[in-house]
Amino acid sequence: MRLHFKSAIFSAIVVAILTAVLLGVRLTQAGSQLTVVVADSSVYWKIAAAAGFIFLYNLLRDWIERAKEAIPRPAGFGQRNLLDRPLLQKLVWLIIIIAALAFPFLAGRSQIDLATLVLIYVMLGLGLNIVVGLAGLLDLGYVGFYAVGAYTYALLAQYFGIGFWSGLVASGIMAAFFGFILGFPVLRLRGDYLAIVTLGFGEIIRILLNNLTDITGGPRGIGNIPKPTLFNLEFARRAPEGTQTFHDYFGIAFNSNHRVIFLYLLALVLVLITLFVINRLMRMPIGRTWEAMREDEIACRALGLNPTNIKLSAFTIGATFAGFAGSFFAARQGFISPESFTFIESAIILAIVVLGGMGSQIGVVLAAIIMTVLPELAREFNEYRMLLFGLMMVLMMIWRPQGLLPMKRPHVELRQ
Amino acid sequence: MSKNILEVSGLRMRFGGLLAVDGVALEAREGQIVSMIGPNGAGKTTVFNCLTGFYKPTEGVIRFRGEEIQGLPGHKIANKGMIRTFQHVRLFKSMTVLENLLVAQHRLLNNNLLAGLFKTPRYRDAEQRALEQSRYWLDKVGLLEHANREAGTLAYGQQRYLEIIRCMVTNPTLLMLDEPAAGLNPSETDGLKHLIAELRDHHEMTVLLIEHDMKLVMDISDHIVVINQGAPLAAGTPDEVRNNPDVIKAYLGED
Repeated sequence: MRLHFKSAIFSAIVVAILTAVLLGVRLTQAGSQLTVVVADSSVYWKIAAAAGFIFLYNLLRDWIERAKEAIPRPAGFGQRNLLDRPLLQKLVWLIIIIAALAFPFLAGRSQIDLATLVLIYVMLGLGLNIVVGLAGLLDLGYVGFYAVGAYTYALLAQYFGIGFWSGLVASGIMAAFFGFILGFPVLRLRGDYLAIVTLGFGEIIRILLNNLTDITGGPRGIGNIPKPTLFNLEFARRAPEGTQTFHDYFGIAFNSNHRVIFLYLLALVLVLITLFVINRLMRMPIGRTWEAMREDEIACRALGLNPTNIKLSAFTIGATFAGFAGSFFAARQGFISPESFTFIESAIILAIVVLGGMGSQIGVVLAAIIMTVLPELAREFNEYRMLLFGLMMVLMMIWRPQGLLPMKRPHVELRQ
Repeated sequence: MSKNILEVSGLRMRFGGLLAVDGVALEAREGQIVSMIGPNGAGKTTVFNCLTGFYKPTEGVIRFRGEEIQGLPGHKIANKGMIRTFQHVRLFKSMTVLENLLVAQHRLLNNNLLAGLFKTPRYRDAEQRALEQSRYWLDKVGLLEHANREAGTLAYGQQRYLEIIRCMVTNPTLLMLDEPAAGLNPSETDGLKHLIAELRDHHEMTVLLIEHDMKLVMDISDHIVVINQGAPLAAGTPDEVRNNPDVIKAYLGED
């Protein structure tokens, strides 16, 4: 056992310098000039404490490791957890669904709004999970399909007065079509090359939307996108000509919360359908070939599986779910612009998939919640938000590189 | 006289300036085990790759059940019933043994998306048949108890067996094995020999074999083709090949 004196000193200095720059000084605008404002001494004490802690931790690293190993682990703890039991798994799902259904009636408006956003990301994460997690094709332009879905509905509503439900279907079909189109040129590519091409695709879509000013309104976006209706019942105070409002029909007082709750429940239903469909797909022959393709493409070809079809189907089906999510997003916001579909969105969705554990559905749901709620909770740290975010990702990579809940695929079992 | 399953003539494969395969000819009759032998680097695996569509042969005609197949993509050739294994085991390692077999039967299954989503009776039947087929072959090679294990966790010899039965569940016409005995111990090699012989005798399988284990090759082959430096050197029954001076020279060097 030895003291890591050098590395401890070094780490402490790095911490001190970084935090001193990040937390200790701040640029503030005073009149027309920028001035450097130095934080008060309490901040410096904290910095010193952090540096001290890092110093001690590094210095005594060996002892700490030793002490950690000495703590006995409870028997049976580890990879095999309770969730492996099918009956219990079903029960857990049931409880989660009931909780999710009851949630909007207990929570406040802003929480419901946030939850709806989470559900959109769950849907996107699940869709991308097919492409990245199951088929093993790294797609950095997934947001492109999301944009296609959103704009399909927005444009159809603007030019042809199409309602949400037909728009939803049209968006899914359109996004699937784009997935198919993109599928062709990228079939021969794998790994890094595929990632770059898909990245380019996402950007092309965004730039196209930005520049087709005559059709899409360019950076000004599209507004007044109609909200979803419940069997043609509008969620508005006063109904437009020829329609009826929800509160009139049921004879209750108008409450703007109805719409928020309705949107949440709608997103929940869409997510549940997505979960069901993808869960089934994973057990079906097509899902098995996606995985086989990820494992060994050459063996697939030798067994008579057409790699082209398999990759195309993964791309197309993955894109379809992004299309659904996109049209829902457009309907919820009522306004979309290319701003909403930048690369960072693709990165967040990919992070959800990776964080959740590639291929794992519960993992994706959990990761979507974390990735959406955490930045909201961290709002008080304002500009350090992304720093925290990065920190979390780094810690994840160190401690759980396999993701929060690594894939427990529904295996087909051969009963003896 | 049984009919020809595979007829290859004048096969040439050129990689830039290197003529890896030069005028190889092959014939395999129904229910025969035909072996291809030759020193390392003779071009045996290249021939395999040409036959199965992984390479496009530069020249030559490959007839499979009377149909010309040279230049077709690999998966199309495989779907015609020509299924191969690889020199280095290529299993879907993180999938279970059973799933490896189910993936192989993909084209025999009901692939209708809606049928699968709603689990129609016909879909269930197809799935059930695939399971039965898998059970039959797993039982045959003694892997039944390992059916739900991840394929990558099997012992090496078991992985070799799994790769062979993964071909068999697709009901192939021609089974092509690329050094199936590589890395097996003598008793496993013996088991493999019996398995291959059984496939021929009881399942009417035609087998094309690349192998370095001379005992295995001489014991079970009906016909042997010797290749040296890409060119055909000799062909005939095991006895003819064994006593051919050219073959001895190629293997042992001159004098």
